[in-house]
Amino acid sequence: MKSHVFRPLLVVIGLVVIVLIARFFYVPSDFGSHEKGYMYGWHRKGNEDEWKAFKVKYQFNNEYCKDCHSDKYETLARSPHAVINCENCHGPAMEHPSDPAKLKIDKSREQCLRCHYPLPYPTSGRANIRGVDPEKHNPGVECSMCHNPHKPNLRGMK
Amino acid sequence: MITRRDLLKKFVKTATGVMIPLAAFEIIDPKKLFADKPFKTDEAKVRWVFLVDTYKCVGCGLCVKACKTENEIPYDANVTRTWVERYVVTKNGNIYADTPKGARDGFTTNRIDLGMGKKQDIKKEDIKKAFFVPKLCNQCDNPSCVQVCPVGATYQAPDGVVLVDRKWCIGCGYCIMACPYGVRFFHPKYHVAEKCNFCYHRINKGMKTACVGACPFGARMIGNIKDPGDPVTKILMTERVGVLKEEYGTKPQVYYIGLDKEVR
Repeated sequence: MKSHVFRPLLVVIGLVVIVLIARFFYVPSDFGSHEKGYMYGWHRKGNEDEWKAFKVKYQFNNEYCKDCHSDKYETLARSPHAVINCENCHGPAMEHPSDPAKLKIDKSREQCLRCHYPLPYPTSGRANIRGVDPEKHNPGVECSMCHNPHKPNLRGMK
Repeated sequence: MITRRDLLKKFVKTATGVMIPLAAFEIIDPKKLFADKPFKTDEAKVRWVFLVDTYKCVGCGLCVKACKTENEIPYDANVTRTWVERYVVTKNGNIYADTPKGARDGFTTNRIDLGMGKKQDIKKEDIKKAFFVPKLCNQCDNPSCVQVCPVGATYQAPDGVVLVDRKWCIGCGYCIMACPYGVRFFHPKYHVAEKCNFCYHRINKGMKTACVGACPFGARMIGNIKDPGDPVTKILMTERVGVLKEEYGTKPQVYYIGLDKEVR
């Protein structure tokens, strides 16, 4: 074994062994090819549960709001805005009323213009929504100064 | 008579030999791996698919706003998991498309954003057709982004959703280049690949995705194609739907009603 050829070979073998040992400790035991096979399912199984445990922020269920805010719920339910979810303007409320106790309402003109900026686009539902030119229709004023977003028809004007 | 040198040598050899776990020498056998690939994937009870009705979309962008908030994508960074594109086709045959900030704030101007600060005014009478197309990850059956990942950080979950392991991703960006739909980007905070995952945390709790919940017009739907009673499955079985970039062979699983040839 006392050859100048074998000595570097031993060094290489030693390095390979070190890498293999490091790999053994570094790669988690649930890492491997799972249900979807090697090509698409080569992964750390535990990561699926990590994503499932991600924090939910939005309810997106107006029934949740009904119990405490029944007046607002009933008004909205009879208006053309009934299709809009409470949280689209009032913000995520998964843990409301504990966190946050008071929701931050988006009353910006931009929020209303998302739908009510007039775009005359055929073959899109947008053409059927009535709009206003924001530069001519009371610029600089929050829409909710005059309009009630829960009762947007003219009779609901403040 | 054993010398001290020999004793130490033998001791080191034995100790090393004992320490090497046999599993470290497990060689990956291509045949076994190929056999692992289940041609029987159909045994899964759930396969999430998405359905977009472009006729119903008005381009309000509430889906983008909700998605960024729900999935903790920095709100002002110009990256988003889902976005809405506007297409305007004029009578003289020009096609304009834009998606300012991914339509996070909707479309509140008639002018098309051509990029590089340039805007294009289009007169109402010049418009032949114009519409909005929401986009998101297609959760392909043959995801090219997964094939190119060198470390196994992105993968297809048993229910078909393609996920990214944030702890395992090395940020090489191959997947971002490989996706034909451009849905992947680097997360500005975690510096790893990021993509739409059909709100995996919500759909596994029986909720709809944030974008579906936020859409006032029912333009977005999510469903389980393995369930024959699912509303999405019923539509897919009875109506005419299309997918994006079918020619890439990735078998995308986001279906569109009202797709047009101008949409890329």
